[in-house]
Amino acid sequence: MNYETFDHEADIGVRGYGRTLEEAFENAARAMFSVMVDLEKVRPVKKFQVVAEAPDVETLLVEWLNQLLAIADLEGYLFSDFRVRISKDGTRLEGYALGEPVDRERHEISVEVKGATYSMLEVGKEDGRYKAQCVVDV
Amino acid sequence: MEIKSLERKGEYEWEIPKTGAMNVPGKIFASRRLIEEMDEKVREQITNVACLPGIQKASLAMPDAHWGYGFPIGGVGAFDPEEGGVICMGGIGFDISCGVRTLRTGLSLEEVKPRIEELAEALFRKVPAGLGSKGKLHLSMSEIDEVLRGGAVWAVEQGYGYEEDLEYIEERGRMEGARPENVSHMAKKRQLHEVGTLGSGNHYLEVQYVSEVYDAEAARAYGIEKDSVVISVHCGSRALGHQIGMDYIKELYKAAKKYGIPIKDRELACAPINSPEGEKYFSAVAAGINCALANRQVIAHLVRQVFQEVMPEAEVEMLYDISHNTCKVEEHLVDGERKTLYVHRKGSTRALGPGRKEIPRAYRDVGQPVLIGGTMGTCSFILRGTSEGLEKAFGSACHGAGRAKSRRQAKRVFRGERIIRELRQRGIIIKAHSYAGVAEEAPGAYKDVVEVVDAVHNASLAKKVVKLKPLACIKG
Repeated sequence: MNYETFDHEADIGVRGYGRTLEEAFENAARAMFSVMVDLEKVRPVKKFQVVAEAPDVETLLVEWLNQLLAIADLEGYLFSDFRVRISKDGTRLEGYALGEPVDRERHEISVEVKGATYSMLEVGKEDGRYKAQCVVDV
Repeated sequence: MEIKSLERKGEYEWEIPKTGAMNVPGKIFASRRLIEEMDEKVREQITNVACLPGIQKASLAMPDAHWGYGFPIGGVGAFDPEEGGVICMGGIGFDISCGVRTLRTGLSLEEVKPRIEELAEALFRKVPAGLGSKGKLHLSMSEIDEVLRGGAVWAVEQGYGYEEDLEYIEERGRMEGARPENVSHMAKKRQLHEVGTLGSGNHYLEVQYVSEVYDAEAARAYGIEKDSVVISVHCGSRALGHQIGMDYIKELYKAAKKYGIPIKDRELACAPINSPEGEKYFSAVAAGINCALANRQVIAHLVRQVFQEVMPEAEVEMLYDISHNTCKVEEHLVDGERKTLYVHRKGSTRALGPGRKEIPRAYRDVGQPVLIGGTMGTCSFILRGTSEGLEKAFGSACHGAGRAKSRRQAKRVFRGERIIRELRQRGIIIKAHSYAGVAEEAPGAYKDVVEVVDAVHNASLAKKVVKLKPLACIKG
């Protein structure tokens, strides 16, 4: 699995791995939406653009995840597929998310993720692959 | 938590001695067992808070303390603006003014019990909850500004509830100093359809009855007795509060750097109270508080409508509305000197002792009602604030049970359907939008609320008035 969740006392952590930084960001987003819903059940029918900027690559991850949550919340959507491009200095991101409107019957949502936080925030290389993680508030 | 590193100051009081960069010592109110179960991270977070400028007396943690963001959840810190005191994002949290509102119904257990199925179903249908749920109100951007300025007062003006409700809400239903222009467009936009919704996670609406009375005089003052049925609502400022937190954590991080405040943790991002950044954040927090107060006022109105339909003989009145993620301006005595402090309570309930002007007149002699939510299927408590609590903890108490198992552990161990079935056998109806959500919020995933409340009671932070048992619980 290239994404996973991990334990935190009150909330839950999300982690993405990848051969590139971009993949790790995309998989961190998968991990986050997997907290809410079984990703297999979310069809990628509509695309939403995301642009984020931050002073450093760690903050960029938090921005990316929070923008996804804000769009999901505003549009009433769930996302399951993601693509990003990140600038060389790690301060700017452009990408998109694919998903469909929330269907409370079919999606069997477990819990709403309210925000990505700076807790246990890490972006970097580990054993030759990229890792991006943080705790999300539910 | 390693108990050896603490100095015992009393049966339920433990001190983290002041060392290094700490401006004050740390203090935890808890039984030995609760301390032993606490995460080491709690100590680290209490210590970090003790290092912030202008903090008064001690960096405090309540018996339900657990690992939070910057502050521990169950953390209290009071800051003096005259001594460079700060306003700190981690001390308020993301769900600004998350809290509990309890309503009396004027009905008894005997009257409600035969109708509970119908009542639970009607409440479940009426009060929007769960992910993606939208409220019955659809506001424009200018209307949301009115919500942020007016709080529950706005809601009453719109016909949601009565003028007399306001007396029983902190700040009389409206936090002064709110400035909607300091809340981002995104934050407001996310709230346009969410006023009057419960949300998900640990938020709930419960039908409860008084199963035990510990303090008959205070119970009488609060208008309840054995077997009285009440409704409790636990929710906050929804997406708006969160977005304010996300927006300001960045600004305050920059401000901390600008003012040379060393912070050990990103989520302790803060600014001096007397600085443009600090004032701006406070005005946004006040707006967030008003959002939560309006939210609970609208939900209370929906509850009234349900009773009107199902049991019109009910007289649904406010008992009290309390927030547990806030920063409030309060007067306190510090070494005999009266000071105006900014009291941060992150996952801690205000518990003001008798005589304080903030308390509604009808309750002033006994102390402020302290509403403590348990977990579904266990029990909740109403306590009263004490003079000792004012002295020891700036009038603060716990806010709930505190988690014992992580959400992932809970999901592995518990099954939502099974929990619902088991609780039903014990006469408790659970209406939920999500089975997995129920598993994460299973009673076994939390610490024993009785032990937490007993620690608060024994430490005299607040005194037990009644115990409440659930009849029905509505979850997101």
